[in-house]
Amino acid sequence: MTSSRRFHVLPGFGLSLGFTLAYLSLIVLIPLSAVFLKSATLTATQFIEVITAPRVVASFKLSFGASLAAAAINAVFGLMLAWCLVRYRFPGKRLIDALVDLPFALPTAVAGIALTALYAPNGWIGARLAEYGIKVAFTPTGILIALIFIGLPFIVRTVQPILDDLEPELEEAAASLGAHRWQTVRQVVLPLLAPALLTGFALAFARAVGEYGSVIFIAGNMPLVSEIAPLMIVTRLEQYDYAGATAIAAAMLVISFLLLLAINVLQGWSKKGKR
Amino acid sequence: MSRSTLFAALAASHFLAAGALADTTLLNVSYDPTRELYQEFNAAFAKHWKAKTGETVTVRQSHGGAGKQARAVIDGLEADVVTLALAYDIDAIAEKAKLFPADWQKRLPHNASPYTSTIVFLVRKGNPKNIKDWNDLVKPGIGVITPNPKTSGGARWNYLAAWAYALKQPGGSDATAKDFVARLFANVPVLDSGARGSTTTFVERGIGDVLLAWENEAYLAVKELGPDKVEIVVPSLSILAEPPVTLVDKNADKHGTRKVAEAYLNHLYSEEGQDIAGKHYYRPIDKKVAAKYAKTFAPVKLITIDEVFGGWQKAQQAHFADGGSFDQIYKPGGK
Repeated sequence: MTSSRRFHVLPGFGLSLGFTLAYLSLIVLIPLSAVFLKSATLTATQFIEVITAPRVVASFKLSFGASLAAAAINAVFGLMLAWCLVRYRFPGKRLIDALVDLPFALPTAVAGIALTALYAPNGWIGARLAEYGIKVAFTPTGILIALIFIGLPFIVRTVQPILDDLEPELEEAAASLGAHRWQTVRQVVLPLLAPALLTGFALAFARAVGEYGSVIFIAGNMPLVSEIAPLMIVTRLEQYDYAGATAIAAAMLVISFLLLLAINVLQGWSKKGKR
Repeated sequence: MSRSTLFAALAASHFLAAGALADTTLLNVSYDPTRELYQEFNAAFAKHWKAKTGETVTVRQSHGGAGKQARAVIDGLEADVVTLALAYDIDAIAEKAKLFPADWQKRLPHNASPYTSTIVFLVRKGNPKNIKDWNDLVKPGIGVITPNPKTSGGARWNYLAAWAYALKQPGGSDATAKDFVARLFANVPVLDSGARGSTTTFVERGIGDVLLAWENEAYLAVKELGPDKVEIVVPSLSILAEPPVTLVDKNADKHGTRKVAEAYLNHLYSEEGQDIAGKHYYRPIDKKVAAKYAKTFAPVKLITIDEVFGGWQKAQQAHFADGGSFDQIYKPGGK
């Protein structure tokens, strides 16, 4: 299977590309195009009507807004966590390292119920906050917390290996050239981490947008206030309105795709800046 | 194909594939709160069928939200019988998948509903807010817990019961009913997506002063939690909830299980079936069995969907479809 015109060091380019395309089509493209096909049974006006309904628009704002915010918060604290795990030695480090993955493994509904129990006005944390008049469960803040919970491992796990490879000599060199600690972090470490950080951010964001199980219990689901976009899809399905459900799904897909594309472009820049 | 892939793309969690069905296996697709009822009934029916015909029959159960269950059957879950929360969901199966005739509800006695229930209030022990009837729910400072009628079949009964109450008041009209329901929902702090979620919110999270619930769920809650925590209040008027059952003709014929499936449904109407329903806090329709449980079920004036709302199809269109009365209540700035 060696290409006749151009020589590749690795054999099997044609085979592996063919397999990649076939696999992607089967796993990703066909199910996703089914969404668009089904929503195509609506006329353009019907489609617009469905996705611009006030409740749907409110849910889009909430879902994308909260997901971006959660990913941003995770980017900061996830980076700190990864830094701590890579750069310092302390007892129980392995344990903490394993804990980071738990949000991956836990069924999301379990996470949702646990978080709700904690943050409800009669829960451990919720009761303390209630004394100060702060409500978390059954408000958009609760949604944010659930999304931070499920998104954390993405940042830590994407940044950690890069940090591992980052030789302390670089920082020592920066220091010996007269850089302050803060300058070293900002001008040496962060630029090297930026691509991985952005990948983690994109993953955490994408996961949060589609999240249903853990959010639905803590959200409160009040129309126009705390309804997430996936709930609007489920609502449509409950009315046997497959076309309407897929219309909202299609709109979500397009918005998500555009945002992820933007993140990828940003990542390209940050890589170029590195060289 | 496209529908099933679509379904996988959207729900991604339905692994309820109907495996190979032996001749004497029935699949009963039901909704959430009937789990315990059918566990007991299935065992009783298997015994009955064995004694009558010598055949061994195993009944498998599938439970979930009524709408989700109906969609699973539409999308190909091979149920022999369905026993769901409301006629609207079974209508949807008849309409979308054409697995049985549209007049299915006339095939068995009593609107094909072997047992009934109604909507009652669950309040905290001692009824500290003194909630007696529907009009207490719209008072300021009362927290009412109900699931979202858009996603929960049970919540639609709650909504329509409140609507019917307002309609039956002196000077009641559609306008006053809508206003009443809007004020009631202004008192709702959390809309869970399903009935069990609401029960959890009310009981475990301690939110709200009153939970609108099916009578059987309310009794179950009292039984599970103990009468020292919650108690039941029966309003002056409520709605007759008829969870209907039907044979899924095409699936049963395919499996060759029509005879036993029909016997299964008929057995729900037998004295034994009625007694099991009563034991699980569903109101039996058989007079003799009902008399046995008369102490459990408080007499309450019950209106029906058909007489007040002209049937489920109409009620669904007027209240829960897009732009229906429920959507109007939650229009931006519409309160």
